[in-house]
Amino acid sequence: MEAAEHKAPNYIAIWALLAILTVVEVAIVYFRLPRQLTVVSLVFLALWKALLVALYFMHLKFEPKRLLYIVLAPLPLAVILVVAVMHGFRGT
Amino acid sequence: MSAHATAVGHAAQPQGGVGVYTQKVGMWVFLVSEVMFFTALIGSYIILRWGTGAPWPDPRTVLAIPITALNTFILICSSVSMVKAYAAATRDDQAGLKKWLLLTVLGGATFVSVQAFEYHHLVEKGFLPSSGVFGSAFYTMTGFHGFHVTCGVISMIWVTIRAFRGKYAGGNYRGVETIGLYWHFVDLVWIILFTIVYLI
Repeated sequence: MEAAEHKAPNYIAIWALLAILTVVEVAIVYFRLPRQLTVVSLVFLALWKALLVALYFMHLKFEPKRLLYIVLAPLPLAVILVVAVMHGFRGT
Repeated sequence: MSAHATAVGHAAQPQGGVGVYTQKVGMWVFLVSEVMFFTALIGSYIILRWGTGAPWPDPRTVLAIPITALNTFILICSSVSMVKAYAAATRDDQAGLKKWLLLTVLGGATFVSVQAFEYHHLVEKGFLPSSGVFGSAFYTMTGFHGFHVTCGVISMIWVTIRAFRGKYAGGNYRGVETIGLYWHFVDLVWIILFTIVYLI
């Protein structure tokens, strides 16, 4: 039942990917791309990195489905909260 | 077993219905509540930045992004050493466990030290929590995160002391795994906050 049965992921490869993505983020900021492109790509990269940490370092990928449901429960609420507060400023 | 349990109904549910041990469920439920805590902070940030029309300085001109990017990297490294400690604990590799836990403590302590240095530098420059909404938002968000890292470092020191006393020998790695979940979560939050507060 416990997670130790699965083959351990290559943690060093994940670490290298996280480091590369961080460098890309900083590069994007200093390249001064168009504002919207900057924001969208930075949010995308941050979510990608967060997902890597959750799936591999917190080994969520190898946990039972029922634990996954507990973890996913607040995410729709978090998205609703962020979208709701942003919605108020559209066009301003 | 599960077919039998289904047949008898919920009264025969095995203990720990999620399928993992209780401490892990407890930590995850706590972290789930932390998700909403930090989401609320991010929501407030969005309102302050785009909703109030208050002047908002370019973070690049106020904050030292290269140093903080390096600090982000240090925190990511400490996450890797944490996961290495966990892997060592599952193999009952006590020497590896101690080594990686010590490195994790070192990484976390370095992160907090750099942040303290950054705060000191910013305050000297006259950038304070009272310096407008950007100052308030900056210190509230990074401060709460730094507080989490500090709690993590203290807990990690405690876990490391226990590791040196041999408490996680013989495949008893649950304590290491549970603190690791918290540690990685704090790293994950920083990945998001670094992007929102420093880069965007």
